[in-house]
Amino acid sequence: MQLWLIPVFPLAGFLLNGIFGRRLSKAVINTIAIGSVLLSFAWVLKTLAGLGDLSVAHTEQYFTWIQSGTLNVGFDFTVDRLTAVMLLVVTGVGSVIHVYSIGYMAHEGGYYRFFSYMNLFMFFMLTLVLAANYLVMFVGWEGVGLCSYLLISFYFDKKFATDAGNKAFIVNRIGDFGFSLAMFLIVVNFGSLDFGVVFTSVAGKPQGALEAIAFLLLLGACGKSAQLPLYVWLPDAMAGPTPVSALIHAATMVTAGVYMIARSAAIYAHAPAALEAVAIIGVLTAFFAATIGLAQNDIKKVWAYSTISQLGYMFLGAGVGAFSAGIYHLVTHAFFKALLFLGSGSVIHALSGEQDLRNMGGLRKKIPWTFWTMLCAAVAISGVPPFAGFFSKDAILAAAGRHAPWMYWLGVITAGMTAFYVFRAIFLAFFGNYRGKGHPHESPWVMLGPLVILAALSLGGGYFFKVPDFLSPLFPLAAEPDNLAPMLISVAFGLAGIGLAAWFYILQPDLPDRIVATFSGLYKLIYNKYFVDEIYGAAVVNPVVEGSNAVLWKGIDVAMIDGTVNGIGHRAQGIGGVLKKLQSGNIRSYAAWILLGVVVLLSMGVMGDLR
Amino acid sequence: MTGVPLSWYLILSAVLFTLGIAGFLQRRNIITVFMSIELMLNAVNLTFITFSYQLKQVNGQIFSFFVMVVAAAEAAVGLAIILTVFKNRQTLNIDEVSSMKD
Repeated sequence: MQLWLIPVFPLAGFLLNGIFGRRLSKAVINTIAIGSVLLSFAWVLKTLAGLGDLSVAHTEQYFTWIQSGTLNVGFDFTVDRLTAVMLLVVTGVGSVIHVYSIGYMAHEGGYYRFFSYMNLFMFFMLTLVLAANYLVMFVGWEGVGLCSYLLISFYFDKKFATDAGNKAFIVNRIGDFGFSLAMFLIVVNFGSLDFGVVFTSVAGKPQGALEAIAFLLLLGACGKSAQLPLYVWLPDAMAGPTPVSALIHAATMVTAGVYMIARSAAIYAHAPAALEAVAIIGVLTAFFAATIGLAQNDIKKVWAYSTISQLGYMFLGAGVGAFSAGIYHLVTHAFFKALLFLGSGSVIHALSGEQDLRNMGGLRKKIPWTFWTMLCAAVAISGVPPFAGFFSKDAILAAAGRHAPWMYWLGVITAGMTAFYVFRAIFLAFFGNYRGKGHPHESPWVMLGPLVILAALSLGGGYFFKVPDFLSPLFPLAAEPDNLAPMLISVAFGLAGIGLAAWFYILQPDLPDRIVATFSGLYKLIYNKYFVDEIYGAAVVNPVVEGSNAVLWKGIDVAMIDGTVNGIGHRAQGIGGVLKKLQSGNIRSYAAWILLGVVVLLSMGVMGDLR
Repeated sequence: MTGVPLSWYLILSAVLFTLGIAGFLQRRNIITVFMSIELMLNAVNLTFITFSYQLKQVNGQIFSFFVMVVAAAEAAVGLAIILTVFKNRQTLNIDEVSSMKD
């Protein structure tokens, strides 16, 4: 079915725009960049239509990549139902965001650079999703990390943007380290990296090895999907342009960790401790990030912590064994979180770069399209039935309730906080009186069109795309619960969150300040994100920097390596200084040396040593 | 061989050769050095002839002809060099002709 064409279209777009983009007009760049992604989307649709119901995975082998002993790693792509879901999300949401970027980036420098990076990202993301073994997946995994770095640091003349890019890249290295160690262990224990081989021969492998592999994969997923304790890079990643935040840091790349865990479900099924760790990390991250989200004033930071929190939900779903619920939430989250980001991008665009919620307000009348579409996303993420977030969040919480009640309750409380901070941002931005300067203007249609499409998906995506049913051949569904109480409780918490936000920010606008004044210590703790960055700085970054300075640089590099090299140089100079006295230029001294040589040779001959 | 024994020839040859070396090392005048070289060559020639006569073989005589030819060529080239050096530097002191040193 020519699966390779799916990632190759964006790769071609990247090459064309990357090499020739400087000389092309914006219209041509748009055509190449958006056209390649749309072609890829169309090819996904055609492929999936041609593959039938995908009850068995369709694998294509292109060439042998690594052949060493019994290890044989091929460059293979595979499509099963899980891949199909991811392909549709990545290319579908990706296309929409690409179209939006035309409008958002219209006034920015480096236009062609932006689109070529975006296309490169699509290429790597599709490679990651299509991979039929861990190594090809790792190629995509690293590639999206690279593109994330390039796009976070897109405004490379700004120090905070390049710092944020470095931070994202370095923190991700920790996760990638876990992923590569897991791959080594898989090679040692299974003798292959192919998904098919590994997953069918899991049973009977040593328990310790499986747990180790699963924990290391979890470490990789924590880095890529911004989970505790490696989440710190994602809030800073908002330094990139807003479409990047929507595409990479909300809809697709950060969900790669969830996808990888769902893909490795067969391993996790035999590693119960690691699976429990997935659930615990997920629920704690969801709760922890949601509390930080309550007090952020930068609209993109609110969505960033919200993304971390929602990713925590996905991990929770996977960790309690409901992989399909996690993927379900991945899909709906891609819709509404991309919409929230793109909508706030539209707000930022309207306000000429203003991101602080305190300088917004009353925008409902001024940019109505943005307001109504963002409201759709807000009700979807808050879990209001029957919109997208309700179905997926309910599926996760129901599975969590069956697994461990405390996870369910923490998840429900998080759902209430989610509704609160989302509507807090909405109310602060769109209600009340306008607090900023300048004149807001509605965004062009090339930006509003994507918002409308995503709004429709946020409202109806959960109802029309029953992902768990579609994935049931891979991940069997649990029996339908007959008790509706858990669902009703979570919906009630969501609605309570919305009501509380309305009370705080519309009815009693001075109430939040009084509460902040009462609990100023707690507020400062949350507002400063629990000082996690500072703790990491003191505990990890500074010791590394100081150690590098004192030991590695001054001790090993300067004293040992430079000392050795320079010492050899000096010694050679010294020996040369002695030897150069032989080369006096005085013919008679040369003759004397020759004579000496003759005498030595002759005496050796006389002694009988020379034959 | 009657009369003069072999060792006398060889001793004479060694004495001449040593004188040549001593002159080469000791003297600073290029022409004297040159003559010392000729002296060493002739000392070697004498040895060749001696052994040729002693062993009744013609090889040594042929070698000595070769040496003479080389010596003649050397004299021609060497004297030309000496003349040029003197023209350029107004000296025949061999220690002052050391610009290759640096």
